[in-house]
Amino acid sequence: MKVLVAVKRVIDYNVKPRVKMDGTGVDLANVKMSMNPFDEIAVEEAIRLKEKGAATETVVVSIGPAKAQETLRTALAMGADRAILVTSETDVEPLAVAKILAKIAEEEQPGLVLLGKQAIDDDSSQVGQMLGALLGWGQGTFASKVEIAGDTVNVTREVDGGLETVALKSPAIVTADLRLNEPRYASLPNIMKAKSKPLAQKTAADYGIDVAPRLETLKVVEPSKRQAGAKVGSVDELVAKLKSLGVVA
Amino acid sequence: MKILVLGEHHEGAVKDSTLATLGAAAKLGGETHLLLIGSDAQGASADAAAIGGVSKVLVAADAALDHELAESVAPLLAQLMESYDVLLASSTTTGRNVAPRVAAMLDVMQISDIVGVEGDDTFQRPIYAGNAIATVRSKDAKKVITVRGTAFTKAERGGGSAAVESVEAGAANGLSSFVSMDASESERPELTSAKIIVSGGRALGSGDAFHQYIEPLADKLGAAVGASRAAVDAGYVPNDYQVGQTGKIVAPELYIAIGISGAIQHLAGMKDSKVIVAINKDEEAPIFQVADVGLVGDLFKLVPELTEKL
Repeated sequence: MKVLVAVKRVIDYNVKPRVKMDGTGVDLANVKMSMNPFDEIAVEEAIRLKEKGAATETVVVSIGPAKAQETLRTALAMGADRAILVTSETDVEPLAVAKILAKIAEEEQPGLVLLGKQAIDDDSSQVGQMLGALLGWGQGTFASKVEIAGDTVNVTREVDGGLETVALKSPAIVTADLRLNEPRYASLPNIMKAKSKPLAQKTAADYGIDVAPRLETLKVVEPSKRQAGAKVGSVDELVAKLKSLGVVA
Repeated sequence: MKILVLGEHHEGAVKDSTLATLGAAAKLGGETHLLLIGSDAQGASADAAAIGGVSKVLVAADAALDHELAESVAPLLAQLMESYDVLLASSTTTGRNVAPRVAAMLDVMQISDIVGVEGDDTFQRPIYAGNAIATVRSKDAKKVITVRGTAFTKAERGGGSAAVESVEAGAANGLSSFVSMDASESERPELTSAKIIVSGGRALGSGDAFHQYIEPLADKLGAAVGASRAAVDAGYVPNDYQVGQTGKIVAPELYIAIGISGAIQHLAGMKDSKVIVAINKDEEAPIFQVADVGLVGDLFKLVPELTEKL
Protein backbone atom coordinates (compact mmCIF):
# COMPACT_ATOMS: atom_id res chain seq x y z
CA MET A 1 0.00 0.00 0.00
CA LYS A 2 1.22 3.42 -0.97
CA VAL A 3 0.87 6.32 1.47
CA LEU A 4 0.52 9.89 0.25
CA VAL A 5 1.37 12.72 2.68
CA ALA A 6 0.60 16.40 2.18
CA VAL A 7 2.83 19.01 3.82
CA LYS A 8 2.73 22.81 3.98
CA ARG A 9 5.51 25.32 4.43
CA VAL A 10 4.46 27.75 7.17
CA ILE A 11 5.96 30.24 9.58
CA ASP A 12 7.96 28.39 12.24
CA TYR A 13 5.80 27.74 15.30
CA ASN A 14 8.33 29.47 17.56
CA VAL A 15 8.20 32.76 15.66
CA LYS A 16 5.74 35.44 16.71
CA PRO A 17 3.77 36.45 13.62
CA ARG A 18 3.85 40.20 12.96
CA VAL A 19 0.95 41.86 11.22
CA LYS A 20 2.03 44.18 8.37
CA MET A 21 1.48 47.87 8.95
CA ASP A 22 -0.67 48.18 5.82
CA GLY A 23 -3.07 45.54 7.11
CA THR A 24 -2.66 43.24 4.11
CA GLY A 25 -1.41 40.24 5.98
CA VAL A 26 1.34 38.81 8.15
CA ASP A 27 4.93 39.77 7.38
CA LEU A 28 6.77 36.69 6.13
CA ALA A 29 9.90 38.46 4.83
CA ASN A 30 13.04 37.18 6.54
CA VAL A 31 11.01 34.98 8.86
CA LYS A 32 12.03 31.43 9.65
CA MET A 33 9.78 28.98 7.83
CA SER A 34 9.31 25.31 8.68
CA MET A 35 7.11 22.37 7.99
CA ASN A 36 3.68 22.74 9.59
CA PRO A 37 4.03 20.80 12.89
CA PHE A 38 0.94 18.66 12.29
CA ASP A 39 2.21 17.75 8.82
CA GLU A 40 5.51 16.69 10.36
CA ILE A 41 3.54 14.25 12.51
CA ALA A 42 1.76 12.99 9.37
CA VAL A 43 5.12 12.40 7.65
CA GLU A 44 6.43 10.56 10.71
CA GLU A 45 3.36 8.32 10.76
CA ALA A 46 3.77 7.44 7.09
CA ILE A 47 7.42 6.51 7.65
CA ARG A 48 6.50 4.38 10.65
CA LEU A 49 3.83 2.57 8.61
CA LYS A 50 6.50 1.74 6.06
CA GLU A 51 8.95 0.63 8.74
CA LYS A 52 6.25 -1.66 10.16
CA GLY A 53 5.69 -3.13 6.71
CA ALA A 54 2.15 -1.73 6.46
CA ALA A 55 3.13 0.69 3.69
CA THR A 56 5.27 0.02 0.63
CA GLU A 57 6.05 3.57 -0.46
CA THR A 58 5.68 7.05 1.02
CA VAL A 59 5.10 9.97 -1.34
CA VAL A 60 5.09 13.50 0.03
CA VAL A 61 3.36 16.42 -1.70
CA SER A 62 3.50 20.15 -1.12
CA ILE A 63 1.52 22.90 -2.83
CA GLY A 64 3.05 26.33 -2.45
CA PRO A 65 5.96 28.56 -3.47
CA ALA A 66 9.17 27.17 -5.05
CA LYS A 67 10.76 27.31 -1.60
CA ALA A 68 8.39 24.61 -0.38
CA GLN A 69 11.02 22.37 -1.95
CA GLU A 70 12.96 22.78 1.33
CA THR A 71 9.97 21.46 3.25
CA LEU A 72 9.79 18.46 0.95
CA ARG A 73 13.53 17.83 1.37
CA THR A 74 12.96 17.80 5.13
CA ALA A 75 10.29 15.14 4.69
CA LEU A 76 12.63 13.14 2.42
CA ALA A 77 15.39 13.46 5.01
CA MET A 78 13.01 12.11 7.65
CA GLY A 79 12.54 9.07 5.42
CA ALA A 80 9.88 9.69 2.77
CA ASP A 81 10.68 8.03 -0.57
CA ARG A 82 9.86 10.70 -3.14
CA ALA A 83 8.27 14.10 -3.44
CA ILE A 84 5.94 16.12 -5.66
CA LEU A 85 6.05 19.91 -5.57
CA VAL A 86 3.11 21.79 -7.06
CA THR A 87 4.21 25.39 -7.32
CA SER A 88 1.99 28.41 -7.06
CA GLU A 89 3.23 31.90 -6.33
CA THR A 90 -0.16 32.96 -5.01
CA ASP A 91 -1.78 31.50 -1.91
CA VAL A 92 -3.83 28.42 -2.66
CA GLU A 93 -6.96 28.02 -0.56
CA PRO A 94 -7.85 24.69 1.11
CA LEU A 95 -10.56 23.89 -1.46
CA ALA A 96 -8.11 24.23 -4.37
CA VAL A 97 -5.41 22.35 -2.43
CA ALA A 98 -7.89 19.51 -1.90
CA LYS A 99 -8.75 19.52 -5.62
CA ILE A 100 -5.07 19.27 -6.60
CA LEU A 101 -4.48 16.52 -4.03
CA ALA A 102 -7.51 14.65 -5.37
CA LYS A 103 -5.94 14.68 -8.86
CA ILE A 104 -2.64 13.44 -7.45
CA ALA A 105 -4.44 10.72 -5.48
CA GLU A 106 -6.16 9.60 -8.69
CA GLU A 107 -2.74 9.29 -10.36
CA GLU A 108 -0.89 7.74 -7.44
CA GLN A 109 -3.68 5.47 -6.13
CA PRO A 110 -2.58 5.51 -2.47
CA GLY A 111 -4.30 3.32 0.11
CA LEU A 112 -4.02 6.12 2.65
CA VAL A 113 -3.57 9.88 2.52
CA LEU A 114 -2.09 11.47 5.65
CA LEU A 115 -2.28 15.21 6.38
CA GLY A 116 -1.88 17.48 9.38
CA LYS A 117 -5.19 18.34 11.05
CA GLN A 118 -4.62 22.01 10.29
CA ALA A 119 -1.96 24.45 9.18
CA ILE A 120 -0.80 26.88 11.86
CA ASP A 121 -0.91 29.86 9.49
CA ASP A 122 -4.47 30.04 8.18
CA ASP A 123 -5.86 27.64 10.83
CA SER A 124 -8.54 26.48 8.40
CA SER A 125 -8.51 22.76 9.20
CA GLN A 126 -10.31 21.86 5.98
CA VAL A 127 -8.10 20.09 3.42
CA GLY A 128 -8.36 16.50 4.69
CA GLN A 129 -12.14 16.61 5.03
CA MET A 130 -12.54 18.27 1.62
CA LEU A 131 -10.28 15.68 0.03
CA GLY A 132 -12.45 12.97 1.59
CA ALA A 133 -15.53 14.50 -0.04
CA LEU A 134 -13.88 14.93 -3.45
CA LEU A 135 -12.57 11.37 -3.57
CA GLY A 136 -15.61 9.84 -1.84
CA TRP A 137 -13.36 8.29 0.80
CA GLY A 138 -13.75 7.97 4.55
CA GLN A 139 -11.97 10.42 6.84
CA GLY A 140 -10.35 9.99 10.25
CA THR A 141 -9.66 13.52 11.44
CA PHE A 142 -7.65 14.63 14.51
CA ALA A 143 -6.05 11.19 14.77
CA SER A 144 -4.08 10.06 17.80
CA LYS A 145 -3.71 6.45 16.64
CA VAL A 146 -3.78 4.73 13.25
CA GLU A 147 -3.89 0.97 12.74
CA ILE A 148 -4.12 -0.80 9.43
CA ALA A 149 -5.83 -4.19 9.39
CA GLY A 150 -6.26 -5.54 5.88
CA ASP A 151 -8.38 -3.06 3.97
CA THR A 152 -9.63 -1.37 7.12
CA VAL A 153 -7.99 1.66 8.70
CA ASN A 154 -8.82 2.00 12.39
CA VAL A 155 -8.41 5.57 13.56
CA THR A 156 -8.63 6.85 17.12
CA ARG A 157 -9.73 10.48 17.06
CA GLU A 158 -9.23 13.22 19.62
CA VAL A 159 -12.74 14.57 20.02
CA ASP A 160 -14.06 17.10 22.53
CA GLY A 161 -15.27 14.52 25.03
CA GLY A 162 -12.45 11.98 24.80
CA LEU A 163 -11.17 9.50 22.25
CA GLU A 164 -13.39 8.07 19.52
CA THR A 165 -12.37 5.13 17.36
CA VAL A 166 -13.76 4.72 13.85
CA ALA A 167 -13.14 2.07 11.20
CA LEU A 168 -12.59 3.37 7.68
CA LYS A 169 -12.67 1.44 4.46
CA SER A 170 -9.35 1.79 2.62
CA PRO A 171 -8.47 3.95 0.74
CA ALA A 172 -9.03 6.61 3.38
CA ILE A 173 -7.92 10.01 4.65
CA VAL A 174 -6.32 10.56 8.05
CA THR A 175 -5.45 13.94 9.57
CA ALA A 176 -2.86 13.95 12.35
CA ASP A 177 -3.29 15.44 15.80
CA LEU A 178 -0.49 16.06 18.30
CA ARG A 179 -0.65 12.76 20.14
CA LEU A 180 -0.23 10.56 17.08
CA ASN A 181 3.55 10.42 17.43
CA GLU A 182 6.67 12.43 18.07
CA PRO A 183 8.43 13.20 14.80
CA ARG A 184 12.07 12.22 14.47
CA TYR A 185 14.91 14.55 13.63
CA ALA A 186 16.59 13.92 10.32
CA SER A 187 20.18 12.74 10.73
CA LEU A 188 22.95 14.42 8.77
CA PRO A 189 23.57 11.38 6.50
CA ASN A 190 19.84 11.24 5.78
CA ILE A 191 19.77 14.95 4.99
CA MET A 192 22.58 14.34 2.46
CA LYS A 193 20.77 11.30 1.05
CA ALA A 194 17.52 13.28 0.69
CA LYS A 195 19.19 15.58 -1.82
CA SER A 196 19.26 12.82 -4.40
CA LYS A 197 15.75 11.47 -3.79
CA PRO A 198 13.28 12.15 -6.64
CA LEU A 199 11.33 15.40 -6.52
CA ALA A 200 8.86 16.06 -9.34
CA GLN A 201 7.93 19.66 -10.16
CA LYS A 202 4.40 20.49 -11.27
CA THR A 203 2.05 23.45 -11.39
CA ALA A 204 -1.64 23.74 -10.52
CA ALA A 205 -2.33 24.19 -14.25
CA ASP A 206 -0.81 20.73 -14.90
CA TYR A 207 -3.75 19.31 -12.97
CA GLY A 208 -6.28 21.64 -14.60
CA ILE A 209 -7.30 23.20 -11.31
CA ASP A 210 -8.44 26.82 -11.03
CA VAL A 211 -6.78 28.23 -7.91
CA ALA A 212 -8.49 31.64 -8.02
CA PRO A 213 -9.43 32.49 -4.42
CA ARG A 214 -13.03 32.33 -3.29
CA LEU A 215 -12.34 34.33 -0.16
CA GLU A 216 -11.07 37.86 -0.41
CA THR A 217 -9.01 39.07 2.52
CA LEU A 218 -10.13 42.64 3.15
CA LYS A 219 -7.75 43.29 6.01
CA VAL A 220 -5.59 41.69 8.63
CA VAL A 221 -5.16 43.39 11.98
CA GLU A 222 -3.60 42.63 15.31
CA PRO A 223 -6.02 41.41 17.94
CA SER A 224 -6.79 43.89 20.68
CA LYS A 225 -3.77 43.94 22.97
CA ARG A 226 -3.95 42.90 26.57
CA GLN A 227 -2.69 45.35 29.09
CA ALA A 228 -0.41 43.84 31.67
CA GLY A 229 -2.14 44.14 35.02
CA ALA A 230 -0.70 44.74 38.43
CA LYS A 231 1.40 42.38 40.46
CA VAL A 232 0.18 41.54 43.92
CA GLY A 233 2.42 40.88 46.89
CA SER A 234 0.75 37.96 48.59
CA VAL A 235 -1.75 35.15 48.22
CA ASP A 236 -4.23 37.11 50.35
CA GLU A 237 -4.05 40.04 47.96
CA LEU A 238 -4.46 37.64 45.03
CA VAL A 239 -7.58 36.07 46.55
CA ALA A 240 -9.04 39.53 47.29
CA LYS A 241 -8.33 40.65 43.72
CA LEU A 242 -9.94 37.54 42.21
CA LYS A 243 -13.01 38.12 44.37
CA SER A 244 -13.24 41.77 43.33
CA LEU A 245 -13.02 40.70 39.68
CA GLY A 246 -15.89 38.32 40.33
CA VAL A 247 -14.11 35.28 38.89
CA VAL A 248 -14.12 33.25 42.09
CA ALA A 249 -16.77 33.02 44.76
CA MET B 1 -31.49 34.70 3.82
CA LYS B 2 -32.11 31.13 4.98
CA ILE B 3 -29.73 29.69 7.55
CA LEU B 4 -29.30 26.03 8.46
CA VAL B 5 -27.56 25.30 11.76
CA LEU B 6 -26.10 21.87 12.46
CA GLY B 7 -27.22 21.26 16.03
CA GLU B 8 -25.43 19.14 18.57
CA HIS B 9 -27.32 17.62 21.46
CA HIS B 10 -26.72 15.47 24.49
CA GLU B 11 -29.22 13.71 26.74
CA GLY B 12 -32.23 15.54 25.36
CA ALA B 13 -30.74 19.02 25.43
CA VAL B 14 -29.11 21.22 22.81
CA LYS B 15 -25.44 21.81 23.65
CA ASP B 16 -24.13 25.24 24.68
CA SER B 17 -21.84 25.29 21.64
CA THR B 18 -24.94 25.13 19.42
CA LEU B 19 -26.58 27.99 21.38
CA ALA B 20 -23.50 30.10 20.61
CA THR B 21 -23.69 29.14 16.93
CA LEU B 22 -27.34 30.21 16.98
CA GLY B 23 -26.05 33.48 18.43
CA ALA B 24 -23.93 33.91 15.31
CA ALA B 25 -27.00 33.07 13.19
CA ALA B 26 -28.87 35.89 14.95
CA LYS B 27 -26.03 38.30 14.10
CA LEU B 28 -26.24 37.24 10.47
CA GLY B 29 -30.03 37.60 10.53
CA GLY B 30 -32.45 35.45 8.57
CA GLU B 31 -34.81 32.56 8.85
CA THR B 32 -32.94 30.02 10.98
CA HIS B 33 -33.60 26.29 11.02
CA LEU B 34 -31.88 23.94 13.45
CA LEU B 35 -31.06 20.38 12.38
CA LEU B 36 -30.82 17.61 14.97
CA ILE B 37 -29.42 14.26 13.92
CA GLY B 38 -29.17 10.72 15.27
CA SER B 39 -31.58 8.11 16.60
CA ASP B 40 -32.08 10.09 19.82
CA ALA B 41 -32.57 13.45 18.06
CA GLN B 42 -36.32 13.55 18.69
CA GLY B 43 -35.60 13.70 22.42
CA ALA B 44 -33.88 17.06 22.05
CA SER B 45 -36.48 18.55 19.70
CA ALA B 46 -38.65 20.05 22.45
CA ASP B 47 -35.62 21.81 23.92
CA ALA B 48 -34.58 22.98 20.45
CA ALA B 49 -38.02 24.26 19.50
CA ALA B 50 -38.10 26.57 22.52
CA ILE B 51 -34.82 28.35 21.65
CA GLY B 52 -35.35 31.96 20.65
CA GLY B 53 -34.66 32.73 16.99
CA VAL B 54 -35.20 29.19 15.72
CA SER B 55 -38.15 29.09 13.34
CA LYS B 56 -38.03 25.41 12.49
CA VAL B 57 -36.40 22.30 13.95
CA LEU B 58 -35.49 19.55 11.50
CA VAL B 59 -35.09 16.09 12.97
CA ALA B 60 -33.20 13.38 11.11
CA ALA B 61 -33.73 10.52 13.57
CA ASP B 62 -31.71 7.89 11.79
CA ALA B 63 -29.26 5.49 13.40
CA ALA B 64 -26.96 5.96 10.37
CA LEU B 65 -26.34 9.48 11.71
CA ASP B 66 -25.40 8.37 15.20
CA HIS B 67 -21.93 9.46 16.31
CA GLU B 68 -22.12 12.24 13.70
CA LEU B 69 -19.91 10.39 11.21
CA ALA B 70 -18.95 12.92 8.55
CA GLU B 71 -19.37 10.41 5.72
CA SER B 72 -23.07 10.04 6.61
CA VAL B 73 -23.88 13.55 7.85
CA ALA B 74 -22.24 15.53 5.02
CA PRO B 75 -24.41 14.13 2.19
CA LEU B 76 -27.56 14.96 4.19
CA LEU B 77 -26.36 18.52 4.82
CA ALA B 78 -25.29 18.98 1.20
CA GLN B 79 -28.73 17.89 0.07
CA LEU B 80 -30.56 20.12 2.57
CA MET B 81 -28.37 23.06 1.53
CA GLU B 82 -30.20 23.15 -1.82
CA SER B 83 -32.82 25.23 -0.01
CA TYR B 84 -30.52 27.30 2.26
CA ASP B 85 -28.01 30.10 1.76
CA VAL B 86 -25.81 29.54 4.80
CA LEU B 87 -24.71 26.50 6.79
CA LEU B 88 -23.45 27.21 10.29
CA ALA B 89 -21.71 24.59 12.43
CA SER B 90 -19.95 24.98 15.76
CA SER B 91 -16.14 24.88 15.86
CA THR B 92 -16.36 21.68 17.86
CA THR B 93 -14.61 18.52 16.77
CA THR B 94 -17.96 17.53 15.23
CA GLY B 95 -18.47 20.76 13.28
CA ARG B 96 -14.83 20.91 12.20
CA ASN B 97 -15.03 17.32 11.01
CA VAL B 98 -18.29 17.60 9.06
CA ALA B 99 -18.48 21.16 7.66
CA PRO B 100 -15.47 21.10 5.25
CA ARG B 101 -16.77 17.85 3.77
CA VAL B 102 -20.08 19.61 3.05
CA ALA B 103 -18.26 22.66 1.66
CA ALA B 104 -16.32 20.54 -0.83
CA MET B 105 -19.52 18.75 -1.91
CA LEU B 106 -21.06 22.18 -2.58
CA ASP B 107 -17.83 23.50 -4.17
CA VAL B 108 -17.66 26.26 -1.57
CA MET B 109 -14.62 27.59 0.28
CA GLN B 110 -15.49 27.27 3.97
CA ILE B 111 -14.97 30.16 6.37
CA SER B 112 -13.56 28.52 9.49
CA ASP B 113 -13.92 29.56 13.08
CA ILE B 114 -15.53 32.99 12.71
CA VAL B 115 -15.41 35.38 15.67
CA GLY B 116 -17.34 38.24 14.07
CA VAL B 117 -20.00 38.97 11.46
CA GLU B 118 -19.59 42.17 9.45
CA GLY B 119 -22.25 41.56 6.81
CA ASP B 120 -23.98 38.90 4.74
CA ASP B 121 -20.71 37.77 3.20
CA THR B 122 -18.01 39.33 5.40
CA PHE B 123 -16.62 37.74 8.53
CA GLN B 124 -13.77 38.02 11.01
CA ARG B 125 -11.69 35.01 11.82
CA PRO B 126 -8.49 34.47 13.80
CA ILE B 127 -5.43 33.27 11.90
CA TYR B 128 -1.97 32.36 13.20
CA ALA B 129 -3.60 31.00 16.35
CA GLY B 130 -5.20 34.34 17.09
CA ASN B 131 -2.06 36.42 16.57
CA ALA B 132 -3.93 38.15 13.76
CA ILE B 133 -7.58 38.71 12.91
CA ALA B 134 -8.49 38.54 9.23
CA THR B 135 -11.61 40.08 7.73
CA VAL B 136 -12.64 37.97 4.75
CA ARG B 137 -15.37 38.29 2.16
CA SER B 138 -16.77 35.18 0.55
CA LYS B 139 -17.48 35.20 -3.17
CA ASP B 140 -19.35 31.89 -3.05
CA ALA B 141 -23.12 31.97 -3.54
CA LYS B 142 -23.65 29.66 -0.58
CA LYS B 143 -21.67 29.94 2.62
CA VAL B 144 -20.36 27.18 4.84
CA ILE B 145 -19.15 28.56 8.16
CA THR B 146 -17.88 27.23 11.47
CA VAL B 147 -18.35 29.39 14.55
CA ARG B 148 -16.03 29.91 17.52
CA GLY B 149 -18.42 29.60 20.44
CA THR B 150 -16.56 31.89 22.84
CA ALA B 151 -17.07 34.86 20.49
CA PHE B 152 -20.88 34.96 20.36
CA THR B 153 -23.70 35.48 22.84
CA LYS B 154 -25.63 32.27 23.31
CA ALA B 155 -29.21 32.14 22.05
CA GLU B 156 -31.66 31.94 24.94
CA ARG B 157 -33.81 29.00 25.79
CA GLY B 158 -37.52 29.63 26.16
CA GLY B 159 -39.87 31.88 24.28
CA GLY B 160 -39.46 30.09 20.97
CA SER B 161 -42.11 27.81 19.52
CA ALA B 162 -40.59 26.40 16.37
CA ALA B 163 -42.31 23.76 14.27
CA VAL B 164 -40.64 20.35 14.34
CA GLU B 165 -40.32 18.49 11.06
CA SER B 166 -38.80 15.12 10.18
CA VAL B 167 -36.27 14.77 7.39
CA GLU B 168 -35.00 11.59 5.75
CA ALA B 169 -31.36 10.64 5.96
CA GLY B 170 -29.74 9.04 2.94
CA ALA B 171 -28.63 5.42 2.75
CA ALA B 172 -25.56 4.30 4.68
CA ASN B 173 -22.44 4.46 2.52
CA GLY B 174 -20.14 1.92 4.14
CA LEU B 175 -17.16 4.28 4.13
CA SER B 176 -16.85 4.48 7.90
CA SER B 177 -18.28 2.98 11.04
CA PHE B 178 -18.18 3.82 14.72
CA VAL B 179 -16.12 1.42 16.83
CA SER B 180 -15.90 2.86 20.33
CA MET B 181 -15.82 5.97 22.47
CA ASP B 182 -13.40 6.30 25.32
CA ALA B 183 -14.89 9.24 27.19
CA SER B 184 -12.46 11.26 29.30
CA GLU B 185 -12.81 9.78 32.76
CA SER B 186 -11.89 13.00 34.45
CA GLU B 187 -14.52 14.50 36.70
CA ARG B 188 -13.10 17.85 35.72
CA PRO B 189 -14.61 19.97 32.98
CA GLU B 190 -13.22 19.78 29.50
CA LEU B 191 -10.47 22.27 28.61
CA THR B 192 -12.16 23.94 25.64
CA SER B 193 -15.44 24.60 27.45
CA ALA B 194 -14.20 25.13 31.03
CA LYS B 195 -15.00 28.41 32.80
CA ILE B 196 -11.81 28.16 34.83
CA ILE B 197 -8.50 26.58 33.83
CA VAL B 198 -5.49 25.94 36.04
CA SER B 199 -2.40 25.33 33.91
CA GLY B 200 1.03 24.15 34.92
CA GLY B 201 4.39 24.57 33.25
CA ARG B 202 7.86 23.16 33.28
CA ALA B 203 8.63 24.70 36.67
CA LEU B 204 6.46 22.02 38.29
CA GLY B 205 9.37 19.67 37.61
CA SER B 206 7.43 16.40 37.59
CA GLY B 207 4.13 14.68 36.93
CA ASP B 208 3.77 14.11 40.66
CA ALA B 209 3.93 17.83 41.25
CA PHE B 210 0.96 18.22 38.88
CA HIS B 211 -1.04 15.85 41.07
CA GLN B 212 0.16 17.46 44.24
CA TYR B 213 -0.09 21.17 43.40
CA ILE B 214 -2.15 21.81 40.24
CA GLU B 215 -4.96 19.29 40.62
CA PRO B 216 -6.08 20.22 44.17
CA LEU B 217 -6.36 23.88 43.12
CA ALA B 218 -8.29 22.88 39.98
CA ASP B 219 -10.64 20.69 42.02
CA LYS B 220 -11.24 23.44 44.54
CA LEU B 221 -12.25 25.79 41.71
CA GLY B 222 -14.09 23.19 39.62
CA ALA B 223 -11.54 23.97 36.94
CA ALA B 224 -10.02 22.08 34.03
CA VAL B 225 -6.30 21.28 34.10
CA GLY B 226 -4.06 22.50 31.31
CA ALA B 227 -0.34 22.55 30.64
CA SER B 228 2.30 24.30 28.60
CA ARG B 229 4.04 22.53 25.77
CA ALA B 230 7.22 22.37 27.84
CA ALA B 231 5.40 20.43 30.56
CA VAL B 232 3.91 18.09 27.98
CA ASP B 233 7.24 17.57 26.23
CA ALA B 234 8.86 16.82 29.58
CA GLY B 235 6.28 14.06 30.05
CA TYR B 236 4.58 15.50 33.15
CA VAL B 237 1.10 15.25 31.61
CA PRO B 238 -0.41 13.80 28.41
CA ASN B 239 -0.51 15.83 25.19
CA ASP B 240 -4.22 16.51 25.39
CA TYR B 241 -3.55 18.85 28.33
CA GLN B 242 -1.59 21.19 26.11
CA VAL B 243 -2.83 24.74 25.72
CA GLY B 244 -1.21 26.66 22.88
CA GLN B 245 -0.87 27.20 19.19
CA THR B 246 -0.37 23.51 18.49
CA GLY B 247 -2.58 22.33 21.35
CA LYS B 248 -5.94 23.60 22.49
CA ILE B 249 -7.12 27.19 22.08
CA VAL B 250 -9.01 28.24 25.17
CA ALA B 251 -10.81 31.34 26.40
CA PRO B 252 -12.11 30.71 29.92
CA GLU B 253 -13.35 33.31 32.41
CA LEU B 254 -10.27 32.67 34.53
CA TYR B 255 -6.92 31.22 33.48
CA ILE B 256 -4.36 30.56 36.18
CA ALA B 257 -0.87 29.97 34.76
CA ILE B 258 1.45 28.37 37.28
CA GLY B 259 5.15 28.02 36.60
CA ILE B 260 4.56 28.90 32.95
CA SER B 261 7.04 31.36 31.47
CA GLY B 262 4.72 32.32 28.61
CA ALA B 263 6.29 31.18 25.35
CA ILE B 264 4.64 32.72 22.28
CA GLN B 265 3.02 29.50 21.30
CA HIS B 266 1.43 29.12 24.74
CA LEU B 267 0.21 32.73 24.85
CA ALA B 268 -1.42 32.20 21.46
CA GLY B 269 -3.63 29.53 22.98
CA MET B 270 -4.89 31.36 26.06
CA LYS B 271 -4.61 35.11 25.62
CA ASP B 272 -8.33 35.52 24.92
CA SER B 273 -9.09 34.40 28.47
CA LYS B 274 -11.11 36.99 30.38
CA VAL B 275 -8.87 37.15 33.45
CA ILE B 276 -5.33 35.77 33.46
CA VAL B 277 -3.45 35.10 36.67
CA ALA B 278 0.24 34.22 36.61
CA ILE B 279 2.31 32.72 39.40
CA ASN B 280 5.99 32.50 38.58
CA LYS B 281 9.26 32.95 40.40
CA ASP B 282 10.82 34.90 37.53
CA GLU B 283 9.40 38.42 37.60
CA GLU B 284 10.66 39.03 34.05
CA ALA B 285 8.69 36.08 32.63
CA PRO B 286 6.69 37.09 29.51
CA ILE B 287 3.53 35.61 31.03
CA PHE B 288 3.33 38.72 33.25
CA GLN B 289 2.93 40.89 30.14
CA VAL B 290 -0.49 39.39 29.48
CA ALA B 291 -1.52 38.64 33.06
CA ASP B 292 -4.18 40.75 34.75
CA VAL B 293 -2.85 39.71 38.13
CA GLY B 294 0.68 38.51 38.76
CA LEU B 295 2.26 36.97 41.82
CA VAL B 296 6.02 36.51 41.95
CA GLY B 297 7.30 33.72 44.12
CA ASP B 298 7.78 30.04 44.77
CA LEU B 299 4.82 28.11 43.39
CA PHE B 300 5.43 25.20 45.76
CA LYS B 301 4.65 27.53 48.67
CA LEU B 302 2.11 29.85 47.03
CA VAL B 303 -0.14 27.32 45.29
CA PRO B 304 -1.03 25.26 48.41
CA GLU B 305 -1.70 28.53 50.24
CA LEU B 306 -3.94 29.72 47.41
CA THR B 307 -5.77 26.38 47.33
CA GLU B 308 -6.43 26.69 51.03
CA LYS B 309 -7.57 30.30 50.97
CA LEU B 310 -9.90 30.16 48.00
